[in-house]
Amino acid sequence: MLKSPRRTLRFGALAVLVSLALTGISAQATDVTGAGSSFVYPVISKWSASYAEKTGNRVNYQSIGSGGGIAQIKAGTVDFGASDMPLDAATLAKFGLGQFPDVIGGIVPALNVPGVAPGQLVLDGPTLANIFLGRIAKWNAPAIVALNPGVKLPGTKITVVHRSDGSGTSFNLTNYLTKVSPEWKAKVGEGTAVNWPVGIGGKGNEGVSAYVRQIPNAIGYVEYAYAVKNHIAYARMKNAAGKVVEPKAASFQAAAATADWASAKNFDLLMTNAPGAEAWPITATSWVIVYKKPKNAANSKVVLDFFKWAYEHGQPAASALDYVPLPPSLVGQIESYWKAELKQ
Amino acid sequence: MSSRFDNPPTVATTDYRSRRDARHDTWFRRLLKTCALLVLAALLGAALATFWGGREVLFHDGFRFLTNDTWNPVADDYGALAPIYGTLVTSSIALLLAVPVSFGIALFLTELAPHWLRAPVATAIDLLASIPSIIYGMWGLFVFVPFMASIEPALSASLGRLPLVGGLFDGPPLGLGLLTSGIVLAVMILPFIAAVMREVFQTVPVRLKESAYALGSTTWEVMWHIVLPYTRSAVIGGVFLGLGRALGETMAVTFVLGNSYLITGSLLMPGTSISSSIANEFNEAVGMHRSALIALGFLLFVVTFVVLLIARLMLRQLARREGER
Repeated sequence: MLKSPRRTLRFGALAVLVSLALTGISAQATDVTGAGSSFVYPVISKWSASYAEKTGNRVNYQSIGSGGGIAQIKAGTVDFGASDMPLDAATLAKFGLGQFPDVIGGIVPALNVPGVAPGQLVLDGPTLANIFLGRIAKWNAPAIVALNPGVKLPGTKITVVHRSDGSGTSFNLTNYLTKVSPEWKAKVGEGTAVNWPVGIGGKGNEGVSAYVRQIPNAIGYVEYAYAVKNHIAYARMKNAAGKVVEPKAASFQAAAATADWASAKNFDLLMTNAPGAEAWPITATSWVIVYKKPKNAANSKVVLDFFKWAYEHGQPAASALDYVPLPPSLVGQIESYWKAELKQ
Repeated sequence: MSSRFDNPPTVATTDYRSRRDARHDTWFRRLLKTCALLVLAALLGAALATFWGGREVLFHDGFRFLTNDTWNPVADDYGALAPIYGTLVTSSIALLLAVPVSFGIALFLTELAPHWLRAPVATAIDLLASIPSIIYGMWGLFVFVPFMASIEPALSASLGRLPLVGGLFDGPPLGLGLLTSGIVLAVMILPFIAAVMREVFQTVPVRLKESAYALGSTTWEVMWHIVLPYTRSAVIGGVFLGLGRALGETMAVTFVLGNSYLITGSLLMPGTSISSSIANEFNEAVGMHRSALIALGFLLFVVTFVVLLIARLMLRQLARREGER
């Protein structure tokens, strides 16, 4: 016990030395910062941890929302932004920016209909639009019955639940409804927040799913990853090819693979209502936004290297979080885009 | 032996001291004035900043912003009527429920409760006041909303049948909506009002109360005719402290109000409030949408100011009537 102060001192000195050595190492590594979409936050932070172990370069990502991410990259305060909405060619040109997709996720209709088993119900685009428009008000409406022969549907009133906060999830859903329903397009349109004709709003995926669970006969929409983790009952969808599909990694990837990326300049394309036979109709991605001629070229190089690493090695981490990696064909297109547009 | 009278203070030292005191007084006065002005500057700054941030929508729409009941971010058409309506209705319900209950609590604690009970209950009230609003929101969402959903069919069947007020209780039994928010808000502001009332009721001189009791007054009569008139302005101050909190409350309301831009006669229907709209949409809002949300923030200033103004006028009216009697 008498020796303990001296030992403490020795330990202290060692600790100081070690920490000095560590800071010495990390001073050579590059720290890059990104900000934006909360949709990709879990997977980017996971990737960033593994990437830092491999290379020593750290990627700090702040989940501040797509709007904030776009504002920050425009202001040049971050090395990359991430947005659930692609920027159009004019905006990209004006600020000298380039964009490319990072990871895929799906959006599923969440249900709470007494007597209907999870995954049993089938819906299609126009029917979903009519439900969210308030045109279809009861579960045993002819349109729903026609899609679900043999399923016993109650004659109860449908309660619609939507996101109350502005979100990429709402953007992709409303984009899909705009594509499949002329009335939705004329009356509501697409956006991160819209003027919902009916229903109540829950904050975040957790708010929507809490309402759907608590209110019998409710329908809402949540991110697939969230629905899987929290065992929320979802519906299957009839896609653009007329086939009924399950929401799962394969159908999301089918949507990404069959979407017409080749003719979409700057990857300005939403994967909703993709044409493939196996494609899930409400598939979404988010876009990484970078400078074409960055002020800090070294940092931007690390950003691209990070995403290159993620496309190649980040798949298990993404799948574990119920995200879907980009199909190889799309990764190829992204890499040629980097060569052509970003000179990497 | 020397006493303290041996060296009487000379004219020079008293002069020096009084000048020093005067200087200290001046500095003290200036310091206090700065503190007071700082509050004013902060208020003015916040009001101007929100006005400036919302100028695009405020200048573009003018008074239409107040009377328009649509909120359409896609078409960039914004109206504040639904959020203002939701804010005022939920806050009114909260006051209607919280004021009588707080009065009862304060009355019980100062007049009727046995002494050993007073301190623990008073501490419990203070603890209630320190619970963060997100906790009330979670409680509201996971516990209170299902409860309300279970009793709302009974409410519609009984109160909904009444003439005049029946419409207030007519609607789908969702469990969330204006009534639920109002009740959650009432629970939240109750400790504030009760704590203030309890404090001020204790300041009433015992002599006054004892005299009234000696004249044969009941507890209620003492409360109503002696304690309440004596503490009136402080009690109203406490009520408005609670109202201010109810008007500005964000998280708890966001969880249980339903967040739809609706103006309905039924208290069981969902609605939205000024602060919850801002909290919900600010993250992803750009351009006009952002401006509209900041303009909503400015409106919250205006609404609160108008409410406080009405309270002041009512107080003055009351005092005048008191004088005439």
